[in-house]
Amino acid sequence: MLAAEAVGTAFNPLPWMIFVPAVGALCVALLPKARVDLAKLVAFVAAACSGALSIHLLNLFDRGDGGFQYVVNNLWIPSWGIGWRLGVDGISLFLLVLSGVLFPIAIAAVNPGHDDKSYYAWLLVLMAGCMGVFVALDLVLFFAFFEIVLVPMYFLIGMWGHGDRIHVATKFFLYTMFGSAFMLVGIVATAFLHRQGSGGPLTFNLVTIATDQSIGTAAARWIFLSMALAFAVKTPLFPLHTWLPDAHTEAPTAGSVILAGVLLKLGTYGFVRFGLYLFPEAARFFAPLLLTLGVVGIVYGAIVAAMQKDLKRVVAYSSVAHLGFIILGIFALNVQGIEGAVLQMVNHGISTPALFLLVGWIYERRHTREIAELSGLQAAAPIFAGVFMVVMLSSIGLPGLNGFVGEFLTLLGAFKDARWWGVVAASGVILAALYLLWAYQRVFHGPLTEPNRGFREMSWSEGVAMAPLVALIVFLGVYPKPVLERIEPAAKALVAHVVEHSGAMRPDIPAPAAASEEGAVGTDGSGVVGGGG
Amino acid sequence: MSDLLWLIPALPLAGFLTLVVLGRRLGDPIAGWLATSTVGGSFLVTAAVFVDLLSKDHESRRLTQTLFTWVPAGNFEVGMGFLADPLSVTMCLFICGVGALIHLYAIGYMRGDENFSKFFLYLNLFVLSMLMLVLGDNLLVTFLGWEGVGACSYFLISFWHTDESNASAGKKAFVTNRIGDWGYMVAMFLTWTVVGSVNYSDIVATQAGASPIVGVTANMLVVLFLVAATGKSAQLPLFVWLPDAMAGPTPVSALIHAATMVTSGVYLLVRLNPLLESATWANDVIAWVGGATALVAATIAVSQNDIKKVLAYSTVSQLGFLFIAVGTGNHVAAIFHMVTHAFFKALLFLGSGSVIANMAHDQDMRHYGNLRRYMPITAATFIVGWLAIAGVPPFSGFWSKDEILSGAFARGGAFYGLWVVGLVAALLTAFYMTRQVVMTFFGEEKWRSLDAGGDAHEDAEAAHHDDAHDDHAHHGLTPGFEPTESPWIMTVPLVALAALALVGGVMNLPFTSGTKFLEHWLEPVLAAEFHHPHGATLWALVVIAIAVAVVGILAGLGVYVRRRVEPDVVEKDVFAHAWYIDESYARFAGGPGRKAFDAMAWFDRNVIDGAVNGAGWLASRSGDAIRRLQSGQVRGYALGMAVGAALVLGYFVTRMGF
Repeated sequence: MLAAEAVGTAFNPLPWMIFVPAVGALCVALLPKARVDLAKLVAFVAAACSGALSIHLLNLFDRGDGGFQYVVNNLWIPSWGIGWRLGVDGISLFLLVLSGVLFPIAIAAVNPGHDDKSYYAWLLVLMAGCMGVFVALDLVLFFAFFEIVLVPMYFLIGMWGHGDRIHVATKFFLYTMFGSAFMLVGIVATAFLHRQGSGGPLTFNLVTIATDQSIGTAAARWIFLSMALAFAVKTPLFPLHTWLPDAHTEAPTAGSVILAGVLLKLGTYGFVRFGLYLFPEAARFFAPLLLTLGVVGIVYGAIVAAMQKDLKRVVAYSSVAHLGFIILGIFALNVQGIEGAVLQMVNHGISTPALFLLVGWIYERRHTREIAELSGLQAAAPIFAGVFMVVMLSSIGLPGLNGFVGEFLTLLGAFKDARWWGVVAASGVILAALYLLWAYQRVFHGPLTEPNRGFREMSWSEGVAMAPLVALIVFLGVYPKPVLERIEPAAKALVAHVVEHSGAMRPDIPAPAAASEEGAVGTDGSGVVGGGG
Repeated sequence: MSDLLWLIPALPLAGFLTLVVLGRRLGDPIAGWLATSTVGGSFLVTAAVFVDLLSKDHESRRLTQTLFTWVPAGNFEVGMGFLADPLSVTMCLFICGVGALIHLYAIGYMRGDENFSKFFLYLNLFVLSMLMLVLGDNLLVTFLGWEGVGACSYFLISFWHTDESNASAGKKAFVTNRIGDWGYMVAMFLTWTVVGSVNYSDIVATQAGASPIVGVTANMLVVLFLVAATGKSAQLPLFVWLPDAMAGPTPVSALIHAATMVTSGVYLLVRLNPLLESATWANDVIAWVGGATALVAATIAVSQNDIKKVLAYSTVSQLGFLFIAVGTGNHVAAIFHMVTHAFFKALLFLGSGSVIANMAHDQDMRHYGNLRRYMPITAATFIVGWLAIAGVPPFSGFWSKDEILSGAFARGGAFYGLWVVGLVAALLTAFYMTRQVVMTFFGEEKWRSLDAGGDAHEDAEAAHHDDAHDDHAHHGLTPGFEPTESPWIMTVPLVALAALALVGGVMNLPFTSGTKFLEHWLEPVLAAEFHHPHGATLWALVVIAIAVAVVGILAGLGVYVRRRVEPDVVEKDVFAHAWYIDESYARFAGGPGRKAFDAMAWFDRNVIDGAVNGAGWLASRSGDAIRRLQSGQVRGYALGMAVGAALVLGYFVTRMGF
């Protein structure tokens, strides 16, 4: 049976976070076609319920525990060792919350225009899949959710997208499937080699396989590579990124929001969970390669973003650069880097969807996203421009807004253990300012030209959709501690796991010389005069 | 007192938030008064902290307050912490003091602007960021302020954003500053890896402890922080954004681009003086960057005709003096000149704003003349500022500039050369400021001879072309134009700043140890004492400094009043074009830089994506050959793919288990 029974008596929200949108999708599909408003309502309620559960999970979560919590461990297909295994730790926690927040907003903020019923149904399927990916602790289950996600995304782009949508949807689907094929081979090989190495029964249990570490070094490295390929496509990592600008640009706004906010994190999350955790030694071995690709992505993505003529493509390429920071943090293989990377997944999942919403609203008003067609919008819609500015500054990584903290920690972590990569990657902060401010100037500054004159100010409903995102942007920039302290135990456990299985790290950062004395500044300052040279 | 530190930044924050919500409703002028009063309030709190510190023992003048943990990540932990010590309180006093006066002035200057309340919203946000910058007790909080002031600078430079050139100037300032920020970030990372913390107290303790940071690491750190400072404080080679920043409204130029923000690089270096003490050649780099900037910028200022551009290059040049002071280890003089410069340069900018506002927003000094007759208060206060910056005793600038130059002299060796460079720059300063005062306030009323069109002067064309105008309004100067004096709300700050520029020197007079108040006050935050020249050497240097100022002024009078020499002889083309530095950057960015970026985008589109599409095309061609059942329908096509995917999965699953 598929039904999951929570371990213990306490209510376990994890399965419900998957079931509720899945059932919601069924309900929407069964609704009469004419009731468009009802479809939207049901979809929103289902997504919001799942989201509320994710926020409830925040409360339930034990912040001091670095292991998996709310674990469900039921065998699904016993003969193959495949199980319905779920669990959450500090790394997946906020990705769940992120999905829980973004889906209701995406459903509420934009209307598809046609075929509403199937649109909402697909969005809910997508939500169930995303939630499933982040809680799956079984390799096959993870793979299943990872693939399920493709189908609704394919239809969302193909049916409600813009421009050459069918070509783009197909490209997206095939490209990702291509990566997944390698992952599937990797997963199967992992299970069989694990059985061989450990002498135990065949199992796809992630925790067991990761703890045993019974796969030989060479084989593990090959398997890591095959899995990494799938995640690299999904992330996307240079040079496997070209499906992303196309898919982002042609997807409907809600699709872009989810694509940027949640789907890209499937790749980076995969790197953490099924790369570092499953194959620590191989991750260590290939870290220089991935760090390099991450840094290239940061610089290259920024430069290509600068030259785009379509505003949505600028934002799309900015994702390539931002995801580069995340990869950089992950493969710094230290606490700062991984904490920063997870936080940056959340941050990118807030600011980039917000940018896509704003660009989508520009498109609704002007029916174009060509930067050259837009000019002086700030004069026509100052509040709209102000919100865009805040979100953009978050994307640039301005301290005080959320983007900075994550970016800073990934760079700090990289500098500690991969110094020169960190130094080069830090130049991304210059380029980010360059391409975003340039785009902003061309769109919002300058004279208010005739076709832009009637540009409508932000409406109430748009404001309501943006409000939680902007609030999170400011809150996480000023007070990221609640998030960081929940990520930290899991990040520490992961780093310890990597260190344990791949040899010692560089010497750690020294403790500050004298943290205690208050008056030290003055006394020492004047006392040192003689020997100051 | 310590638990009230948060109030200093909190007041402008409250002002900012209020204006975000209610700004439009409050409107002109209440929004301005609100913003002014929050900054004034911060000044009062700072003054209370100042008095509190004074009452304490010399060595325990130090208050800290940590509001909450900002970024905790493993063994990296940074609090939202404030530190009030003699250095930061000095900074806060003049930031809030001068800031409040400029806010007040802006109420008059910005009257009638359609975005009046938004202007003050940005101004309050700026003061908040600036206070975070100087009050932060660690590098990261300082960086928060550092970036915050950069963002505000961007907002305010492009405040009149419908003009494309203003928008470009704002973007240029932000991006150029980000180059410096790269240095700041890497320096922060390096500090953490060697100190284990980014708190100033830990850095100080490390440097005073058993194993201080020395050698290559210390030098590298200082150079990286210097990169940061050259961006923010507009030094060679990153100074190009500051002249363009004059596109912002004049109060912004006074507050951000003269008195406060641009000095933050110097503040950072002085704050890290225990680190600088351990560095060797990196200090010389600081000093020579400062010397080169002081000289180059002064030569450029000689050939500018836009009243604000002269002051902009003058600011760059004066900031160069501050770097000379820092690089020679003369940190007290750096802070001293920073404060007096804040007084007289804010005064000069506000004075120029008063002129501009009353000359129909024409900024070309060649259209001015004899304005002392129409604007007596503006003229009188501007003259005070002129004498102060030119280095005429007893005006404040004389004392502080002299201390920098005599300090460079005292270091001896190669620094004699630096001292000479400084003297030449000082001479040029006196010269170009004399030129400005003469062209603006004396001589004939040149706008009377303008063609009716306003700006038909042939030679004016070139200047107009690249000058950023203070307002999007077009020049309305006609021969019949009658200038008037500014209202009291603008002249009161002028008078107050003039008084400060006049007497500011008393805070650190070189006569006896008892008159060096600032030096004693800052002693607890400085790791080493600086040995100034004394006795006959000191007096000789003083005489030379006065002589240089007098010669500069006389030369200026000789050229622009007596017309002994044609101005063209002095105003070289290469100066007018700012040594072609900015132009060559622009040419590079627009030429090879742009081409490289374009090539990269082409590569992405055609090579990387081309390979992908090529592979796809191949696959689909071979697919077509087999499958002739293509329906052309999205649904069917996609459904087929989904089913196919499921089949692949099913295949593997079945093969595996049985």
